[in-house]
Amino acid sequence: MHELSITQGLVDAVLDRTGERTVTAVNLKIGPLSGVLVDAVRFCFDVAAAGTPLAGARLQIDEPRGRGRCRSCQDEFTLSDLILLCPCGSADVEVLSGRELMLMSVEVA
Amino acid sequence: MCTTCGCGDEGGTRISNLAGELQTPGQGHLHSHTDEHGRTYTHEHSHGHAENHDHADSNGHADGHHHAAPATETIVLEQNLLAKNDLLAATNRGWLAGRGVRAFNVMSSPGAGKTTLLVRTLTELGGRLDAGVIEGDQETSLDADRIRATGRPVIQINTGAGCHLDADMLRHGLDALSPEPGSTVFIENVGNLVCPALFDLGETAKVVIVSVTEGDDKPQKYPHMFMAADLVIVNKSDLLPYVDFDVDECLRRIRQINPRAEFLTLSATTGEGLAAWYGWLDGATSQAAAPTSGTARSVPLTGALTKAH
Repeated sequence: MHELSITQGLVDAVLDRTGERTVTAVNLKIGPLSGVLVDAVRFCFDVAAAGTPLAGARLQIDEPRGRGRCRSCQDEFTLSDLILLCPCGSADVEVLSGRELMLMSVEVA
Repeated sequence: MCTTCGCGDEGGTRISNLAGELQTPGQGHLHSHTDEHGRTYTHEHSHGHAENHDHADSNGHADGHHHAAPATETIVLEQNLLAKNDLLAATNRGWLAGRGVRAFNVMSSPGAGKTTLLVRTLTELGGRLDAGVIEGDQETSLDADRIRATGRPVIQINTGAGCHLDADMLRHGLDALSPEPGSTVFIENVGNLVCPALFDLGETAKVVIVSVTEGDDKPQKYPHMFMAADLVIVNKSDLLPYVDFDVDECLRRIRQINPRAEFLTLSATTGEGLAAWYGWLDGATSQAAAPTSGTARSVPLTGALTKAH
């Protein structure tokens, strides 16, 4: 359950910038290849935010699709997991997107 | 459960001293909860929206009505969620490099043989490898006790409910261990193939152990861990005749995820293949030790071992 410490880090990072202002929304970007489960982050957020100016903030999570490019045939395709295998059979695949684990912005009152 | 940070219990993370006595650092939590929020950020807008005011011209409503609801301000952050840990890890990396200390983050599932490998390594290399150990477990000092029996310095970190070590915990572990310049530190992470993969500690290299009783499909089931590995060790090779584990297949699966990782097969119990592990340590330690001339060992470990056997 590493999502708990990651979510705690998220709350700390926001508080570093917003101080005591009430945070109404937090915008994240979490890709399917990041190793972090979106549902678990949502579950942990309420606990981590309790008693801070983030309590009750809306958690908006953008989930970009995983995309890869084959260095052998130059084809681009969707990656649903970290098994980097091109339909052409090559395993020489560059991950273009999907590993995002970003705190994008917050909205404060 | 602590509702401030969600960590396991009142005690939080505990770190032993060199004598094995457990201590709770700080106010009961290793990670600091910021009390003073330094208001150093800069506003994109000069006005603070402290009061309700007329947005007739700027809000796009043609009729110019008054908004009663408080306006919100968007603060763009665009930072990695692991940025705080990564920063602390970078600090650790600098601290280690400045002292010529190599730190190997040893990770595996529970029971793959991390402690057994470390105990055997420390025992066989003895004084030829100046090494200390930082042990990470949820509870107990059982592993640290096994290391201490070899006569090497060891620090136990108990993470409580935590499933991994992070850079801040290693920082405290290094402070407690106080490794000699030019020495080697083995960090035995919490037995877990999932969470430790994401947390950079500032280590010199990540060593992932998979034992043959676990199955050769582990790399694909836990890709993040094997993607992060610098060295993958297949342990318990003495049990290969009794289990359905294909070493070549395991290597193929690792290569699919991580083309750059090195790969060793050994048995920490019988000693089969250990020379290659000591050779790897020798190469890894010599490289990192290069900047601190005079403090590093000059005798290659493999050579010394060959003579010993």
